[in-house]
Amino acid sequence: MSEPRDRARGWILLTLFAAMVLVAIASIRFGAIDFSLRQMFEATIALLSGREPATLDGRIFAQLRLPRAVMCLLVGACLGVGGTLMQALFRNPIVEPGLVGTSSGAALGSALYFVLGSVLKFNAGPWALPVAACIGGVVATYLVFALSRAGETGRSSIVMLLLTGLAINALCLSGVGFLSYIARDPQARSIIFWNLGTMSGADWTSVAIVGAATLGGLALALRYAKPLNALMLGEEEAMYLGVNVARLKWAVLTINVAMVAVATAFTGVIGFVGLIVPHILRIIHGADNRYLIAGSALLGATLLSVADLVARVSLRPAELPIGIVTSIVGVPVFLWLLRKRQYVF
Amino acid sequence: MLTATGLVYRVGRRTILDGVSAAFEPGQLHLIIGPNGAGKSTFVKLLARLTAPDAGRVQYGDMDAQAFSHRELALRRAVLSQAVEVAFPIPARELVMMGRYPHFTGRPSAADEAVCDEVMAFFDVTSLGGQSYATLSGGEKQRVNFARVLAQVWRPLDGTSRYLFLDEPLTFLDIRHQLGFMKKVQSFAHHPDVVVVGVVHDLNLAARFADRLVLVDDGHIAAAGRRDDVLTPAHLLKAFQVQPVMIRNPDDGGLHLIFE
Repeated sequence: MSEPRDRARGWILLTLFAAMVLVAIASIRFGAIDFSLRQMFEATIALLSGREPATLDGRIFAQLRLPRAVMCLLVGACLGVGGTLMQALFRNPIVEPGLVGTSSGAALGSALYFVLGSVLKFNAGPWALPVAACIGGVVATYLVFALSRAGETGRSSIVMLLLTGLAINALCLSGVGFLSYIARDPQARSIIFWNLGTMSGADWTSVAIVGAATLGGLALALRYAKPLNALMLGEEEAMYLGVNVARLKWAVLTINVAMVAVATAFTGVIGFVGLIVPHILRIIHGADNRYLIAGSALLGATLLSVADLVARVSLRPAELPIGIVTSIVGVPVFLWLLRKRQYVF
Repeated sequence: MLTATGLVYRVGRRTILDGVSAAFEPGQLHLIIGPNGAGKSTFVKLLARLTAPDAGRVQYGDMDAQAFSHRELALRRAVLSQAVEVAFPIPARELVMMGRYPHFTGRPSAADEAVCDEVMAFFDVTSLGGQSYATLSGGEKQRVNFARVLAQVWRPLDGTSRYLFLDEPLTFLDIRHQLGFMKKVQSFAHHPDVVVVGVVHDLNLAARFADRLVLVDDGHIAAAGRRDDVLTPAHLLKAFQVQPVMIRNPDDGGLHLIFE
């Protein structure tokens, strides 16, 4: 009875992987300039053997196009897995990684950097923006957690977390609004651009950092798949099934903050990927987190690469902010999903 | 043997349980009765170690309940509570398999699959296995949950008893399924290595199925023991403040309660 289900799961994951590879190839081939497969091959060989590619096109490919494509895959995986983790943890299918304050905190951190950095003539190099965003994300998440632990039992209930997250998100976003209101033009434009999400800053250093967060987070997340399944039944039932619920919550939130804050720090706020990816996967094959976590890394990577490709080719040679693409595509899909599946909240 | 010694539990300034001690022997069905707010549910939650008492202790055999890790405890202790709702689509059989989670890491073994088959047959839900849990009726959901919870402690363990707790599980069942479920619990409780302690609202069900009764009233144990020692007009009047009429069935010795 469960063996055909296991086999179906294997095929689905394999198909998702194949789709991801195909999309990745298309994503490095097309853009402001198109590369032939042969150019791509030669430039990749040159890169792998440590040589500088011979042509300008080759250098564009190796230093801009390729790291950007890899970054899309990594960030997409982070957002997808983050969405799956948050939805499993909150037992609510409309939850997003940004819910516990991570994304909005990161946005406020970066807005503060854009405004204060220019006012105080403060320039700490290329790392300042991601670091500011990361600090913002971690501080906001910590605040949500600390405030939701109030009450006489000292335990943080999921409902308290959700409501506190809502309040902190509103606070952070009005902070961002205020900063962009008082900012002069170049800073205001930076804030807006970053809030819409952008992949254009990707280089091999940032890819390495986001890559470490993605792979580490994914490996850890897979270890918590079974306890997260038990949590579907509710906190009490999960405890009866031998799950240390308090530790599970902390571990999963930490993994989520690490993945989402690092990804957001380098690329800005990209919505809807974390929301939609787990929905699509559940419709295909149910809610078993052992399948959802692996699948959401693959599907998240695929969808964000598609979005980036659309962002780059639709207004060639200019490009759209990727967050706008994910919203334009994501919102109707999300509404359609909601109407099609009668979810119980 | 399951023993509770001097259990005290407070919420804020209110004392829910005030020094409760009791012993529950294996091979018998123990049912806890009492009026609303008497502390029955709290008592079962402390016995099942969902929460720790403010004072006193619970022992599984000669082991203190607090000494077990979450998983160690889940290997020998299962709890059946009121209706469980799941927000995500999951087949009923996968939900039953969750009962085996404490017993395997990675993939379920052949033994785990066999246990699932057996408990699903026991509760007559084999044919529901492929259906999404969310689409089942209230009664079907509850039976699938019975199967899941019993899967956790279905097989005997080496050198230790198994413990099953029931926290008012009959809420969504009609009378036929209530009786059917109580018969199944009774047959499970008569294994010599099984301790079953449950909270039941319906006094007639308690009178019919319990081997031992515990009457909890206002945070204390008002009476404990055999049916006829606990279900007396004096006890019931004091605890529930209604006057019972006891009717005995001369054929099978059954006791039926009617309230004025």
